[in-house]
Amino acid sequence: MKRRLWHFHGGLRLPGHKAESMQEPVHTATIPPQLIVPLQQHIGEPAEPEVEVGQRVLKGQRLAHATEYVSVPVHAPTSGTVRTIDDYPIPHPSGLQAPCIVIDSDGEDEWTELTPRPDYADLEPSALRNVIREAGIVGMGGAGFPAFIKLNAGPGNVIDTLILNGAECEPYITCDAILIQEQPRRIIDGMLIMRHAVQARHCIIALEDNQPRAYESLREALSDEEKTFIELVQVPTIYPSGGEKQLIKILTGKEVPSHGLPLDINTVCHNVGTAAAVADAIHHGKPLISRYVTVTGEAIGQPSNLDVLIGTPFSALLEQCGWRDDKDHELIMGGPLMGFNVATPGVPVIKTTNCILSWPRAAEQHTPMPCIRCGECARVCPAQLLPQQLYWYARAKNFDRVQDFNLFDCIECGCCAYVCPSHIPLVQYYRFAKTEIWAQEREKRKADLARERHEFRQERLERKKREDEERKQRKKEMLKKSQGDKTESDDNKKATIEAAKARARARRAESASTDNTADDATVKNDDKEES
Amino acid sequence: MFEAIIVLAVLAVVFGLLLGFASVRFKVEGDPVVDQIDAILPQTQCGQCTYAGCRPYAEAIAKGEADINQCPPGGEVVIQQLADLLGVDPKPLNEEHGEHSEKTVVYIDENECIGCTLCIQACPVDAIVGAAKQMHTVIESECTGCDLCIEPCPVDCIHIKPVEETPQTWKWPAPPLPLEKPPREASSS
Repeated sequence: MKRRLWHFHGGLRLPGHKAESMQEPVHTATIPPQLIVPLQQHIGEPAEPEVEVGQRVLKGQRLAHATEYVSVPVHAPTSGTVRTIDDYPIPHPSGLQAPCIVIDSDGEDEWTELTPRPDYADLEPSALRNVIREAGIVGMGGAGFPAFIKLNAGPGNVIDTLILNGAECEPYITCDAILIQEQPRRIIDGMLIMRHAVQARHCIIALEDNQPRAYESLREALSDEEKTFIELVQVPTIYPSGGEKQLIKILTGKEVPSHGLPLDINTVCHNVGTAAAVADAIHHGKPLISRYVTVTGEAIGQPSNLDVLIGTPFSALLEQCGWRDDKDHELIMGGPLMGFNVATPGVPVIKTTNCILSWPRAAEQHTPMPCIRCGECARVCPAQLLPQQLYWYARAKNFDRVQDFNLFDCIECGCCAYVCPSHIPLVQYYRFAKTEIWAQEREKRKADLARERHEFRQERLERKKREDEERKQRKKEMLKKSQGDKTESDDNKKATIEAAKARARARRAESASTDNTADDATVKNDDKEES
Repeated sequence: MFEAIIVLAVLAVVFGLLLGFASVRFKVEGDPVVDQIDAILPQTQCGQCTYAGCRPYAEAIAKGEADINQCPPGGEVVIQQLADLLGVDPKPLNEEHGEHSEKTVVYIDENECIGCTLCIQACPVDAIVGAAKQMHTVIESECTGCDLCIEPCPVDCIHIKPVEETPQTWKWPAPPLPLEKPPREASSS
């Protein structure tokens, strides 16, 4: 039976530009002389390095371990020696630097010892999640949320549907499509493992209807038994059908609640690339150290998909794809709508780099014009927000009101800015407002901490003062007491002296009386002395 | 006629008792306005407002002794929030108390520190660790940037530095404001 499909609000039909990069099969990119592995390639906390400068590392060896819950380890992409652990530019819209481990590759590409877990079906789901975590797997669709957390249903929750997201809705990007087309078995294996981890009842692999070859290859790879619980669904090619919330809506008709998670409607959604990484981790023991990257755009000579080691600089890939090295080329990580410009071609590929896009810089920048209230943005918004209102309030820096209009439900898909006839950079306003709000929240937390510490200090000083006061008081009392003791002891002394005197007198009196009865000689002597 | 008077009188007594009871039963301890103001203030404890800390300033605002625009670290954001809370018009920051600047922290030049502990005594949030004749250091994550430790230092070894921006704390810049008029008109005006 064919599954009934639903629609999400708005969306756009965009020119795909997918054919350019799908003409050739995936090539393995050459190993660059130097790999730059950022310690943080995911949402959450950075990993803690555990190797030293100068140390030789093997391919797949752990370089840094996770210290917090929302964190995963990073591994060496090839064998070589650790050159430095220092700040390097990373692919981030800020263009800032972040701590990275730099490895000089020795060209041998020697694997460390791997421990496959073909017995995964006997593992507890929590142990399985831990294996996935230790392999450093994060969501490879773009956001980079640690995969093991999304595989945890939590106590009392039942996962009804596990969705593998192969709907690569953004133009130009084809790395997921080509992965499905060339390695359908890896994805299905990964899905079976994920299914075990979350104990899901139904499984759906969704892909867009503009990728018939990927669909066919996946259909052929599924065994008859697997077909009973894994459903292949082609969804209409409408941007952003690959958005997690949008895809869930298309497939199930259910909406993820505002501020909620897919888990709240008993659904979990993973990228197909993540599933392939999970299959590698369990069946071969391989951590996540490489991924498929689409290198495309008008400035690329031979657009193609490459199997790239994490940490490979963009420049090395661009060179392999015949990048016409020209200053006037824009370099974008991600797609044309949700991607961001990177500062230098020297930044490395990270776990979330799905696409490197380059095209000549537009000669004429559109000048933003006043909003004419046409309402196109609200018509295309897939999150059913009011982009105009968000824009007004973000522009006025009224961050309370902008949250009242559910800014945080915005997925930054860029549909509104794409259709805006006034060329207002709407998404940039939303990103600006979001980061400002987060900064204010951080400040607030810091202020609360400072208040607590200040109050504690005040209290401590007060207590110290009080204690000093008490000590002084005690000392005074002691002194007084000891003075009292002195007079008392004087009396005592006097008394003892008196007593001693009395005793002496008594003895003398006694001795005098005995003297009288003593022999004469002594008396005489005494008399003599007296005389 | 009489019934009406009696009914109204009884009602008055009943509601009077009810209100009286409520005012005793639900009496609010302390001054919640002070807490609310204090929650808005940045807790730098720098004293630039001329009060001995954020709490005393909050108390002064609540009493009407201080104005809402005396907090340079808070800047416009805090003034706006205070204005919203207290139902008064926001006003520009009073320049007498200083200018709003980006957040900073201090650090101790450890080669020069003589271990006098004066800065430790000055720090309002216990963000400096050290002991007599031992080198001191600032716990950067706890430092509020009040700069109160700089004055007492006898060897001037405490310096101000801006808070370093990381990819996690980085903020998207505000987009340039769109033209309010179409370009043709803008150029002719």
